[in-house]
Amino acid sequence: MLTRANHDLTMADAARNPGGARVDLLLVAEMVTPGAKVLDVGCGDGELLRLLAETRGVDGRGIELSREGVNQCVAKGLAVIQGDADTDLSDYPDDAFDYVILSQTLQATRHPRVVLEHMLRIGRHAVVSFPNFGHWGIRLQLLLGGHMPRTDNLPYAWWESPNIHFCTIKDFRQLCRVAGAKMERAVALDAWGRALRFNAPWWFWNLLGEQAVFLLSRSG
Amino acid sequence: MAEAVFSVEVDPAGRAHEADNPRSLLVRFGREQPLRLDAGIDLAPFQIAYQTYGTLNAERSNAVLICHALTGDQHVANLHPVTQKPGWWETMVGPGRPIDTDRYFVICPNVLGACMGTTGPASTNPSTAMPWGLDFPVITIRDMVRAQAMLLDHLGIASLFSMAGGSMGGMQVLQWCASYPQRVFSALPIATSTRHSAQNIAFHEVGRQAVMADPEWRQGRYFAHDTNPRRGLAVARMGAHITYLSDMALHRKFGRRFQNRDNPTFSFDADFQVESYLRHQGISFVERFDANSYLYLTRAMDYFDLAADYNGVLANAFKDTPTRFCVISFTSDWLFPTSDSRAIVHALNAGGARVSFAEIVSDKGHDAFLLEEPELFAIVRGFLEGAARARGLTAARGR
Repeated sequence: MLTRANHDLTMADAARNPGGARVDLLLVAEMVTPGAKVLDVGCGDGELLRLLAETRGVDGRGIELSREGVNQCVAKGLAVIQGDADTDLSDYPDDAFDYVILSQTLQATRHPRVVLEHMLRIGRHAVVSFPNFGHWGIRLQLLLGGHMPRTDNLPYAWWESPNIHFCTIKDFRQLCRVAGAKMERAVALDAWGRALRFNAPWWFWNLLGEQAVFLLSRSG
Repeated sequence: MAEAVFSVEVDPAGRAHEADNPRSLLVRFGREQPLRLDAGIDLAPFQIAYQTYGTLNAERSNAVLICHALTGDQHVANLHPVTQKPGWWETMVGPGRPIDTDRYFVICPNVLGACMGTTGPASTNPSTAMPWGLDFPVITIRDMVRAQAMLLDHLGIASLFSMAGGSMGGMQVLQWCASYPQRVFSALPIATSTRHSAQNIAFHEVGRQAVMADPEWRQGRYFAHDTNPRRGLAVARMGAHITYLSDMALHRKFGRRFQNRDNPTFSFDADFQVESYLRHQGISFVERFDANSYLYLTRAMDYFDLAADYNGVLANAFKDTPTRFCVISFTSDWLFPTSDSRAIVHALNAGGARVSFAEIVSDKGHDAFLLEEPELFAIVRGFLEGAARARGLTAARGR
């Protein structure tokens, strides 16, 4: 299930630059070469696609599960189709895109590994952003509170959460190895989507990053 | 009274006149410009009746072709000369409408085989000076599209800014994009399919049999006997009309309510509102439509199978297409269901096309594309605006 449309409601308080763009999306956009051909999987209401078109001049396409999100995107003139990351990525031919982006959606897919493998097959690069379940606040909630963690960005009760495959930054690196993805860049973000711009070992990012963005490519 | 009254006050000569000398723009192609049909026959001479709205710009880059559905015609956005009713897509096409005639030059031709001025079975066969009737060759969607391409050549339009059509109109849109990809900058196939399903062929066959079972059909030569298979055509229309709606739409509109009475009459009179409504649909259709045209056009839809022309691989029909697509379906459309639109989208994606796809929630069935659907309007408007930016078309004057 793609839930960016819903999730984006909770990102309403995310930090925005003076132009009004969400900084976590700006970071994703930065990773994309200008003029590239991009597929945004789970594109929500099209904010990232629009940003990519305006700032990077990309030829962007989107897939979105929610009908509402799709129709908003199409009415904005974006090339978006209604579809499901878990089932519809197999329809795309190899190397159809320069970048395939999965923003805040991985944890809501049924088969994250299959989705990631498709992304690396369809695109020369993959950009994945996700909430880091290894953040100290989340660890503390489970350790001391004894309940499933809830945060501003992950507000759902466990029985109604669309997020069925949470992972930590450490876990995601393991998936990358299993799926044959080469990590080209990784950035940890704070709660407001701002990059933690200092050098630190992975365990430190895994503890302090609320979110992470990875730029990947096919290894070998 | 058990039988519905289908005799209507129509001047058959008037309608026959419309088939040859329509109250529309007209282009005649002589014997030196034959239309090569899929059936292997050269049709010549022939003519195309069409309407236009708006102004073609100096670059000839703002033309939008509208393709009408089975029983539609070229009168998209003007008063219909026969029925005196508003155009069939006036909510979509016009000044300030989603397909904005202040901005775009809209062309809508009557399709080949129809009866509103483009050559079809109701037109006069020059070799007999009688209507073609069943001597008219069986035509296909691709034949219709070839004829439309000749019209555009005649108008000096090398490339369309966009084209739109629902149902059979959508089939023409898809065929255009497969046959002439370089001539279509953007396309809106709505509530349509790349092939007519077995169920849809079956419904069409029932309609055709209803027409042919009417003794007044006279083996298709009713014009020679001064008759008209009204009952047959009206029944065909009644049956087809049900397929354009949905259970929910019929229930909402009519329920089980009685027509102008409080109790059942214990007869086969039109007790129910839904019966009365269907009879009205049948009667008003007969006024404006030719029975043989109905046979030919339903046949053309039945034969439509775009993938078959590309070794069964639909994606090959759209390989490397430069066209921007916006595919639209409706949730309650069971005649051309969303799964048909999805198949189009899959093929376009596999071909690397730039495609948008939206499914619109509506309980109005297949007919939803013709009706007041704000979401449909917003999507068409947004898609065309995006395409216009990409094409470098300037914004509408004074808006």
